[in-house]
Amino acid sequence: MTVEAAQAVVIGTSAGAVQALSQILPRLPEAYPLPVLVVVHVPAAPSGLVALFDARCNIEVREPEDKEPIVPGTIYFAPPSYHMLVEEDGSIALSTDEPVLFSRPSIDVLFQSAADSFRDGLVGVVLTGANEDGAAGAAAVAAAGGTVLVEDPEHAYAAAMPRAASARCPSAQLLSLDAIADYLLHLGTT
Amino acid sequence: MDAALNPPAGEPVEDIEIHLLLEALYRRYHYDFRHYARASIKRRLRQALSQMGFASLSALQDELLHDPAVLTRLLDYLTVQVSEMFRDPAYFRAIREKVVPHLRTYPSLKIWIAGCSGGEELYSFAILLHEERLLDRTLLYATDINPTALETAQKGIYALERVAAFTQNHQRSGGRTSLSEYYSGAYDRVVFDKKLRERVVFSDHSLVNDAVFAECQFVSCRNVMIYFDRPLQSRALGLFKDSLSRGGFLGLGSKETTRFSDHADAFTEFVREEKIYRRRDT
Repeated sequence: MTVEAAQAVVIGTSAGAVQALSQILPRLPEAYPLPVLVVVHVPAAPSGLVALFDARCNIEVREPEDKEPIVPGTIYFAPPSYHMLVEEDGSIALSTDEPVLFSRPSIDVLFQSAADSFRDGLVGVVLTGANEDGAAGAAAVAAAGGTVLVEDPEHAYAAAMPRAASARCPSAQLLSLDAIADYLLHLGTT
Repeated sequence: MDAALNPPAGEPVEDIEIHLLLEALYRRYHYDFRHYARASIKRRLRQALSQMGFASLSALQDELLHDPAVLTRLLDYLTVQVSEMFRDPAYFRAIREKVVPHLRTYPSLKIWIAGCSGGEELYSFAILLHEERLLDRTLLYATDINPTALETAQKGIYALERVAAFTQNHQRSGGRTSLSEYYSGAYDRVVFDKKLRERVVFSDHSLVNDAVFAECQFVSCRNVMIYFDRPLQSRALGLFKDSLSRGGFLGLGSKETTRFSDHADAFTEFVREEKIYRRRDT
């Protein structure tokens, strides 16, 4: 995929998420040209992720409402207890369908719908986590022609999720958190 | 010959199949999912496909057109929602504290639970109204398009394992009684008291095709419209507007909003953080 073709970034992570995301999201510059959609497995209670990252990031951080148009330079965290999907018209759709792999929000659900909409314009990133959510999603991103980056399991806080993703998606690039941040920054420089 | 082997790239096959299947479902059975949010429909159809054992959506469509039994199975994938009693307890607390004082001023009340699914939201309302001593003067409408879901709602039977979560939610919602006063248990299930549904009208009603049927003081429709596309959301919100009395209340899901619809101006925010709106009095 050429850098110009990139339209969106999706990120999925679970155990160790806050620390991993802290090495990536705050580095995205103001006027970052892509939207970033993030699923973190969190308990059903209201999550503090938006407040936490809004204070540290240069771009807007929000929990979207249903049918909200996706705009570049914004980080969207899936709301607790909802799946977050992407519609083909470039808006966000939420769902209360049953959990997938015990997770709602589910990384697979986000990645699959984003792959359907953005196809080869999508960059999917799987970070630290202790289950296999994200593996099917990563495969869907690659099958649609998108790019998959996976945190190197050797150095991840929890290796299961990156390991499962790279097993299901052999074309995935295994990178350190810093290298993933570099890659995403590079997408924003043209 | 070469041209025939390399046809120009068209729409993805799956998108065509989804479009045709939804059209077939509508024309053959009058179930209209054509304006449902496409991303979720696609997910559910993929699930149906893999679990019902068809090779493609075209194959599923073929069976669907010729065998009504397939319809029932497919509807379960397309409509069934798993909810909880007193889901989002803060919503019910806000109703209790902020809406009930207004409802008390009416000699009789009509409340519509639109898209009632298996009845969890309905029984939550009935219990809240009973606790607030309003149930006797209230008529509740519980509507859904899925006949199996309506039947479940009408029976009021739930798995015992779900009751702990229901009870916790009920307490957090500011419940004045113990939830156990409203059900009796048998083996692994509980049955909710039939007194709770004496004042309930269960009915098949579609937010896609059907019209206004009553003038209500409260409409609760949570996490139903997230499955609609924008034009259909607008239709449903227009229906709610026309179904509400002046100053009537509308409750939506915690991530739903009127603001992307044609009727944003018809409602004011009453309890903003709980998505309780009020019909404007114009």
